[in-house]
Amino acid sequence: MLKAAGGLCARMLGFAVLLTSQLALADETESLKFNMTRGVTPVSQDIHGLHMQMFWWCVGIGVVVFGIMFVSMFLHRKSRGVKPANFHESTWLELTWTAIPILILVLMGIPASKSLINLYDTRESEVDVLITGYQWRWKYEILGEDVSFFSNLSTPRDEIEGFAEKNPNYLLEVDEPLVLPVGKKIRFIVTANDVIHNWWVPDFGVKRDAIPGFTNDSWAIIEEPGTYRGQCAELCGKDHGFMPIVVEAKTQEEYRAWLDEKKAAAAALAELTEKTFTFDELYAQGEEVYNRSCAACHQANGEGLPGTFPSLKEGIAVGPIQDHIDVVVNGVPGTAMQAFGEQLSEVDIAAVVTYERNAWGNNMGDLAQPLDIYNHKQGK
Amino acid sequence: MKLLPTDPIKRLSLKLAVTSFGFLLFALFVMPPLYDAFCEITGLNGKTGDKYEAVDAVVDTSRDIKVQFVATNNSGMPWQFGPEVKTVTVHPGEQTRINYRVKNTTGKDMIGQAIPSLTPYKASSYFHKTECFCFNQQALLAGTEAELPMYFIIDQDLPEHIKTVTLSYTLFDVTDRFSKEELLSMVVTDQ
Amino acid sequence: MAHGPAKGITRWLYTTNHKDIGSMYLWFSFAMFFLGGIFALVIRAELFQPGLQIVDPNFFNQMTTMHGLVMVFGAVMPAFVGLANWMIPMQIGAPDMALPRMNNWSFWILPFAFAMLSSTLFMDGGAPNFGWTFYAPLSTTYAPPSVTFFIFAIHIMGASSIMGAINIIATIVNMRAPGMTYMKMPLFVWTWLITAFLLIAVMPVLAGVVTMMLMDIHFGTSFFDAAGGGDPVLFQHVFWFFGHPEVYIMILPAFGIVSAIIPTFARKPLFGYASMVYATAAIAFLSFVVWAHHMFTVGLPIAGELFFMWATMLIAVPTGVKVFNWVATMFKGAMTFETPMLFSIAFVILFTIGGFSGLMLAIAPADFQYHDTYFVVAHFHYVLVPGAIFSITAGVYYWLPKWCGNMYNETMGKLHFWLAFIGLNVTFFPMHFSGLAGMPRRIPDYNMMFADWNMISSVGAFLFGAAQVLFLYNVIATIVGGKKATDEVWENPEGLEWTVPSPAPYHTFSEPPEFKSSH
Repeated sequence: MLKAAGGLCARMLGFAVLLTSQLALADETESLKFNMTRGVTPVSQDIHGLHMQMFWWCVGIGVVVFGIMFVSMFLHRKSRGVKPANFHESTWLELTWTAIPILILVLMGIPASKSLINLYDTRESEVDVLITGYQWRWKYEILGEDVSFFSNLSTPRDEIEGFAEKNPNYLLEVDEPLVLPVGKKIRFIVTANDVIHNWWVPDFGVKRDAIPGFTNDSWAIIEEPGTYRGQCAELCGKDHGFMPIVVEAKTQEEYRAWLDEKKAAAAALAELTEKTFTFDELYAQGEEVYNRSCAACHQANGEGLPGTFPSLKEGIAVGPIQDHIDVVVNGVPGTAMQAFGEQLSEVDIAAVVTYERNAWGNNMGDLAQPLDIYNHKQGK
Repeated sequence: MKLLPTDPIKRLSLKLAVTSFGFLLFALFVMPPLYDAFCEITGLNGKTGDKYEAVDAVVDTSRDIKVQFVATNNSGMPWQFGPEVKTVTVHPGEQTRINYRVKNTTGKDMIGQAIPSLTPYKASSYFHKTECFCFNQQALLAGTEAELPMYFIIDQDLPEHIKTVTLSYTLFDVTDRFSKEELLSMVVTDQ
Repeated sequence: MAHGPAKGITRWLYTTNHKDIGSMYLWFSFAMFFLGGIFALVIRAELFQPGLQIVDPNFFNQMTTMHGLVMVFGAVMPAFVGLANWMIPMQIGAPDMALPRMNNWSFWILPFAFAMLSSTLFMDGGAPNFGWTFYAPLSTTYAPPSVTFFIFAIHIMGASSIMGAINIIATIVNMRAPGMTYMKMPLFVWTWLITAFLLIAVMPVLAGVVTMMLMDIHFGTSFFDAAGGGDPVLFQHVFWFFGHPEVYIMILPAFGIVSAIIPTFARKPLFGYASMVYATAAIAFLSFVVWAHHMFTVGLPIAGELFFMWATMLIAVPTGVKVFNWVATMFKGAMTFETPMLFSIAFVILFTIGGFSGLMLAIAPADFQYHDTYFVVAHFHYVLVPGAIFSITAGVYYWLPKWCGNMYNETMGKLHFWLAFIGLNVTFFPMHFSGLAGMPRRIPDYNMMFADWNMISSVGAFLFGAAQVLFLYNVIATIVGGKKATDEVWENPEGLEWTVPSPAPYHTFSEPPEFKSSH
């Protein structure tokens, strides 16, 4: 019997020691992360403070309650020959242990309420970002700057499937990170295109549901330059675990330069739309686009998943090319096939259509040019 | 006529069953309208109210309010859709017209429905629309486009600390909800 | 009245005997516990290390969904109903449940509901993959075709629970032995009475929310679709209006079981009986005004956030009272640590730890970091596994000798306890860390920084699973053989159930017993 009680005691003590010793090391070690990040915004630091405060309250209460319990488990054992007492009521005790917790709760609740009011204060922002969740990628638009782009997972499928070694940023890396200036108040306006997503960057203390049809807002002032990573935090379907967020915080000058670069790239892409590509160019780029945007559902071999995602070795990819383009550009309403017209450039769509028509033994022999896609998008 | 059985067990069970059915009705018929009313009062989800009847009001030229317009296409809605002007600055009390443009780029006749949402939520009840394309569905024949006007007034009582509001429209494809005849009867043409 | 059970299969099909029905509920729940456990092990196997090895992400989502649904509606709830069926008539001195024929019905529709739910795994497009909380529009516009079967299965489970609840209330209100006033009822009876009222109030709300889904999917309404003037957030409000009381439906009867076991093995009456009753009622009441704490990141107005934060924190008060009462019951007792007592003590400790993380989650600003991470997974498994599963296990070891007339093997019982206790902590404690480090829930693959914790969790999960096989062995071994149990089974236990012979005869209390309260 003693062993039972002793085992419990040792176990609880073990946890307490493990916890406290590791918490003390919190800031030094990176390899075994176990505590909430302190983050780089006033809100995230505030939250971290609340979290630690709550944690110590709980440890304190735990020590008292479990302490009394273990002491009585040790002292008041039948095997020690004790006679049980018979008391079973005490109004003043009941009142005490109702009143004291209420007092503690008030002490906990007041700072939390203050933090909450601060967290909700999205006034007077200097940069406004519209964030739209898609199955399964994010779209960013810097309001007032004419910069808008999609951000996709860039981890190669080989790493996911175990054919290549995983890099340190495995599943937390994207093709186009969002760049934001440090020291400015940034307002995030969050919405979604299909189902509910949730935009979460732990280092900012920002977590907001992205709800289709509605907007939600939140804010951050990033205090240190750096790369900050987050993930979607609301189950949004198959690839919920594969739509990370990467934010690079840079100085105001670097941020402006990035904006200009983005605008120039958009202009260059528009010019490319006019260009005529060779079959090989399109096929090579198409394979890349396919693996990034299509393979998750239609699979790398184009065979899809029976009953869920159709095979591309039959049907649309081996039918008339205009229909094929239409499906890629406009999607198929009521199915998981989304409209890629907005997400991919004309060049990318032309490339991927060309690839799909000629890969895996499809051998249709035809190709699509970016201008065909542009015309299709214009309703011509 | 006795309504309840005399046996106490049956009596109680019947009452409980009726209560339970009452909660089902509560969930189905009370909670949704209650929630809508709640949203309207608090501005939750940034739902802006229905058509507003303009009243004579003094324009408060001492305050400038920045209004940002954004557009999102819901999945499966391929139309081109966006505001003509992305930001305007207005004074509380003055009526302003802005336009969104929409183009049905597909080869099919379709109906769209725009859903507004305003941030910050607190501003929702101070943002009045006297005319808005979002009050109706928009039907567009294949390949056609249209200008969608919206008239709004920001209430003079808008809390002092709010200086920027963002109005978002999300465009949904609602073609399936209507028949072909209904679609043709509500086609919008370019003004 | 002195006839025994019918012979053969018809005994079970047509039975209206509360003991038979209780046994069927318990066996059904045991089966579902293993099914849900297998789903959990598929999840833990995939999460053993980074990368996709065993299942594809879509099937992974089906597993998380089915694990949650089967455990909540198939394992925990039917187990408590089974215990209620066995014990409530025996504890209040009634010959049977008030509505025996409805009792038969409410059990027998359950296997059909779960057969329907499980069959979706073999349908085109697979089983429900939108999480046990099935948020719209993922569960409506974007759901696999099997969602319709899921909705009907939920309807049937709901009907079963409501019938069970009506039966329990009717029994407790009308069939107590002379002299047993409300404030003299055993706490298990009290907690079940309150639970039954919660069921009657919220199971119809669940039925309502799935009905709205059905209408949106098949009949063109727009409850949850913004395009037609609806709102996906409405779904969450209605769901959690059901969902939060549901959480207490899975814990209140556990309070009752533990409140019976601790006094027996402390050899001292339960401390603060009346305050236990009031605390239970207070928790049940508060459960109706805290639902939106599941939705802190959805964009509630700040007044709403503050209200739900404070209301949620308030729950800690009655819950604390209960824990203090249990500790005070042990204090100055003369304790022994048989298997039911070990499970009950573990319940008090681990449920309290789950309560601590619950309190942290109640702090709305902090919840912006915790929400939808493994910290939440750790929290609700700490309240549900030690809370519901451990208390049910404790109850089974405590009452099994009364049910079948044989004593279980104490060594084997203790072995089961220690394996389960270690397995549970190894599985779920590291989840606090992976959650705080930033790992979201419901993802099939993750970055290497979460790898250590996940590997530990997976090892623990298999240990916990193995411990439950031992539980099954212990139960079967006790039923088929073992030392004969005395009528009292334990040393001076309190309650009418110990005044009948072991095993309990097919019919007990055909004549109402004389009830004398000890306090």
